[in-house]
Amino acid sequence: MRRAGVMRCIVLGMFAALAASACTAGEPLKVGSKRFTESYILGEIVAQTAQGARVPVVHKPGMGATGILFAAVKSGAIDVYPEYTGTIAFELLKDRSATDLAAINRALAPLGLGAGVPLGFNNSYALAMLEADAERLGIVSLSDLARHPRLRFGLSQEFLNRADGWPVLRSAYRFGFEPAGLDHGLAYEALAAGQIDAIDVYTTDAKRARYRLRVLADDRGVFPRYDAVLVYRLDLGARFPAAWSALQKLEGRISTQRMVALNAQAELDGKPFAAVARDFLSGADDAPAAGARAGFLQLLFGADFWRLTGQHLLLVFVSLAFAVAGGIPLGIAAARDPGVARTVLAIVGVVQTVPSLALLAFLIPLLGTIGTLPALLALFLYSLLPIVRNTYSGLLDIPAALQEAARALGLPATARLRLIELPLAARSILSGVKTSAVVNVGTATIAAFIGAGGYGERIASGLALNDNAVLLAGAVPAAGLALLVEALFSQLDRRLISAGLQSPGPGR
Amino acid sequence: MSALIRLENVAKSYGGKPVLAPLSLDFSAGAVTVLIGESGCGKSTLLRLILGLLRPDGGRVLFDGRALDAGNVDALRHRIGYVIQDGGLFPHLSAERNVTLLARFLRRAPGAIDARVAELAGLVRIDRQALERYPRDLSGGQRQRVGLMRALMLDPPALLLDEPLGALDPITRAELQAELKAIFDRLGKTVVLVTHDMNEAAHFADRIVLLRGGRIVQQGTLADLLQRPAEPYVRDFIRSQAGRLQEPV
Repeated sequence: MRRAGVMRCIVLGMFAALAASACTAGEPLKVGSKRFTESYILGEIVAQTAQGARVPVVHKPGMGATGILFAAVKSGAIDVYPEYTGTIAFELLKDRSATDLAAINRALAPLGLGAGVPLGFNNSYALAMLEADAERLGIVSLSDLARHPRLRFGLSQEFLNRADGWPVLRSAYRFGFEPAGLDHGLAYEALAAGQIDAIDVYTTDAKRARYRLRVLADDRGVFPRYDAVLVYRLDLGARFPAAWSALQKLEGRISTQRMVALNAQAELDGKPFAAVARDFLSGADDAPAAGARAGFLQLLFGADFWRLTGQHLLLVFVSLAFAVAGGIPLGIAAARDPGVARTVLAIVGVVQTVPSLALLAFLIPLLGTIGTLPALLALFLYSLLPIVRNTYSGLLDIPAALQEAARALGLPATARLRLIELPLAARSILSGVKTSAVVNVGTATIAAFIGAGGYGERIASGLALNDNAVLLAGAVPAAGLALLVEALFSQLDRRLISAGLQSPGPGR
Repeated sequence: MSALIRLENVAKSYGGKPVLAPLSLDFSAGAVTVLIGESGCGKSTLLRLILGLLRPDGGRVLFDGRALDAGNVDALRHRIGYVIQDGGLFPHLSAERNVTLLARFLRRAPGAIDARVAELAGLVRIDRQALERYPRDLSGGQRQRVGLMRALMLDPPALLLDEPLGALDPITRAELQAELKAIFDRLGKTVVLVTHDMNEAAHFADRIVLLRGGRIVQQGTLADLLQRPAEPYVRDFIRSQAGRLQEPV
């Protein structure tokens, strides 16, 4: 029981530390966006519009898929994010009739939320094929497509699973095949390479022209309208009146063609989202993209490099510090009592098997927030196993004769632990901490998908943009950091482990 | 002579299998007692019971008239030196740190600690340079000398040794045997030494206690055992080791 109490204190401590850091300074207006190009751009447009009204704004870009954004706005972790009417009706309200704004708002009001400011374009789902293939097979509409059951589909996970996506499409057109799940950013390459024949696209998709896609007609009218709107907390107007009235003026400002153009600037010309939004708001977006695409080194050491590095280090080492503080005592407790060992090792082992995105998705509603806190908690939980297990086995591996010699000296248990047992187990414990740290550097890249930042932010936008350079600009520093951490711990091993336990060098 | 250590009807079994039948035994202050027997006879278990490393199933252990219990066991251990095969040194500490570990923990004066280390180094004849090394860089004989220093650091009245020469080569063994005997004579401590070697027993013992299957077969001087064996087993045990008895020491 006392050990459970210790665990709870550690987790609460983590909360308190972060809550304190979050509550300094006046609360800014928090904008969220989903993990695809258009949402990044719209999020930037919303954030910069509010900033123009002299309101402190935070944009949490690319936080995740629909469910995560909706949970975030409900909990107050964000105040506003761009969304689509069809998505709200089908996916969030599970109500096929609530497709107009008035019906949507009636359903959202009890949650303290509203939807409004239609931006002026409809970004519907559609299925697309390579123009050449479609021409050869004579496919123009989805009904035509259904007559070719041998074609292979690569559909995004979100499209596959959302109520207004594949399920309604499959039953309306009686598609008789199993599609493969694929990241949306990768689907185009797979299509171009001939690995799949049809993918899901958005009607404002920038890559339609570049990949010569034919967008198939929805001849049975299955897809509802996906008018772009803002989903916001109802208290937004009262808390940020100036920002709110500025946001109202975005209504009707973005046509479908304009959105396709904005998406193309980001995806095809490699223009940063913030710049796309800035040029749109200043009316300069019709000007051609300035200069060539940024080189890899410029991307790698871009303006956000130190911010991302700081966030990544914070995620890795804060969670690691808590895992060391919690994991070593748990390992000691396990080594003392076989019953405790069974329980503790089973629990930390099971946590390890939960996929990281699933764990994050599970922690968000539990903690009622997105971003750094659930990411830290997830990394903390993942770090526990190697540390607990290595502390436990390091202590059990001490020869019985030495343990007995320590007791026979008349040293009390705490002194034996401090002076003899922990120093003898130190190498094993340290190697557990090293494993956790190195694995943490990699796992922390996932944190970007829930808005916790770090190098994963570049990986997420690289995937969303289908831009390998951006992706590598995130993956390369993460790999470098992992190597650096590895080297750091080798140094620590030499410093912290007694020379009497090191393997004898040639000079001895 | 009064008994410094006394076992009263002490019994011990592991998993239902008796290792020590209820037995009583006194260890007189200043005498050297050798516990001998084949492996599994309970001689090492007896040492562990005296140190409180094992708890007896029945009976009690008294040290200097006080019964051993959880409250006083650490304090009593400070008054008993314990030496095991191969020294039992902690590999992460230098030889000197091994010797002084307990004294430092008990916050003894540094000057007194240094003086005691110098004195013990002279007693066991080890040079100060060897004391700066880690156990893995010492010879088997040196490790055993350091183990003896550690056991004697607080100048305890009793010294327990469990096969102290068991891991040594024959030459080092003979050398250390002679030195150890001289040290016992000089210090006059209550010594309990466990061995399976009759030659070693004959060399050290004021009294020999022969154990078999957790029971005392006979106790007395070597002459008692040779001339007035209590059971045929005594003669058999001695005869089985007769070859070794003839070996020059």
